[in-house]
Amino acid sequence: MKPAIRFVDVVKKFGDQVVLDHVNVEFLAGKTTVIAGGSGQGKSVSLKLILGLMAPDSGQILVDGCDVGKLSRKELDQVRAKFGVLFQGSALLDSMTVWENVALPLRERTKIKDEELISRVEGALAQFDLTGHGDKFPAQLSGGMKKRVGLARATMLKPDIVLFDEPTTGLDPQITMDIYRLFFRTQKEFGFTSIIVSHDIPKVFNLADQVVILNDGTMTVFEHPEDIQHSEDPNIMEFVEQTMGDVYSSSEELE
Amino acid sequence: MIVRAIEQLGAGTLYHVRDLGRMAGFLGYTLAGCFKRPFRLGELVRQLRQIGVNSTPLILFIGLFTGMVLGLQGYYTLSKVGMEGTLGMLVSLSLIRELGPVLTALMVTGRAGSAMCAELGIMRNSEQFDALECMAIDPFRYLISPKFLATIIALPILTTMFDLIGIFGGYLSGVVLLGVNPGAYMNGIEVKVLNEDISLGIYKSLAFGLLVVWICTGRGYFVQQIKNAGFGAEGVSRVTTQAVVYTSIAVLLWNYLITAVFI
Repeated sequence: MKPAIRFVDVVKKFGDQVVLDHVNVEFLAGKTTVIAGGSGQGKSVSLKLILGLMAPDSGQILVDGCDVGKLSRKELDQVRAKFGVLFQGSALLDSMTVWENVALPLRERTKIKDEELISRVEGALAQFDLTGHGDKFPAQLSGGMKKRVGLARATMLKPDIVLFDEPTTGLDPQITMDIYRLFFRTQKEFGFTSIIVSHDIPKVFNLADQVVILNDGTMTVFEHPEDIQHSEDPNIMEFVEQTMGDVYSSSEELE
Repeated sequence: MIVRAIEQLGAGTLYHVRDLGRMAGFLGYTLAGCFKRPFRLGELVRQLRQIGVNSTPLILFIGLFTGMVLGLQGYYTLSKVGMEGTLGMLVSLSLIRELGPVLTALMVTGRAGSAMCAELGIMRNSEQFDALECMAIDPFRYLISPKFLATIIALPILTTMFDLIGIFGGYLSGVVLLGVNPGAYMNGIEVKVLNEDISLGIYKSLAFGLLVVWICTGRGYFVQQIKNAGFGAEGVSRVTTQAVVYTSIAVLLWNYLITAVFI
């Protein structure tokens, strides 16, 4: 299967700390990849490298064959146009209403007429259960609602690739399931490549087509989430013991 | 001990050189953002209201009292040598050449510059800049350049208001309260205030406008890269304080340099 994103021999350091040590990994097009690992292992850094918000110390990050580290600002913007991103804290523009936040990518990146813009934004608000909340500001929203607004904004332009940085951090179990259901539904509808960085290991593995475990600067790829539990790598075994136990939620929960 | 001191000196120098480089790059991107389409005229108007219109009452208040104090002090000094008739010239030249541009810039720094710095710092900490970049929206064109243009446009206008109300304040205390001849007061302004004086005031206010918006927005934008600033809300508050202090120092230094060159 064709990779949407490839890490080729990527090294990223912060001072003496090596976060990514000659990493080679492929993220498959149209599939969901979960990046898991302990705190400070470089999960969010990996996303920032993909987006060109940070540059690797060496190696290449190829998005549809383009090395994001070597692109001009204009070319980088063209590559970024393929992405939708749901940030850990949602990163909604707090001086704008929910409606304006969702409309922002359409307003800035397309030349559609006002009537179409209104109908698309209203449609997105309805799709993400936000009807009636368009006039609120981000500070007036709950954590789950902020995530829904962030997801609506991220998918507004029907991106090819959606990145999720800790999509359920700080949410209660019920809202977490709501977010995963919404993700499941949206991914099914749009068919985008998705990369999820998450601590919420057992739940999020049900969404994954492949799992990448990030540990001590290396990325280990598992084709099936179940393979992780059978790994004989002591680091992975320790990670499984600490984070997963034998808890798995059923796939039906997400339907 | 000595080696350590040299190391620290070197590290400090490198940090400041890098910081200056960052700030120079920031100014370049901000200037480029002013010419990128689509122009954000609505945002420019909103910033003009925020930085210019909303600062007007404060500027008028400070300008009036500065002029009144100048009138009182000027009268006290000039009356010692029997030259009260030149009070209008003293008040108007002091305001137009020096006090108007400097005090207006300091007031705008305290009122609008600190707000811009804090706003951008909070946006940086909550990943709002990253979000804009990921949506392929240039944060300079979208957010910073409108603030830049608005400050550069607003400052000369506010300075002119400051000068005019200050001259009126001087008239109130000098002519109305202390009895200086009104004709002599107005004549001093008409004859002695030259076009060069007015131009100098305008040049200064343009330069100060650039300094205020550059330092304040730049500090906010780089809030996470500023040494010893701390993180989160504390980081934003420290960097905002730093921005106000740096801008005030820069304004006073530039004021001296410009005066020295033009005098």
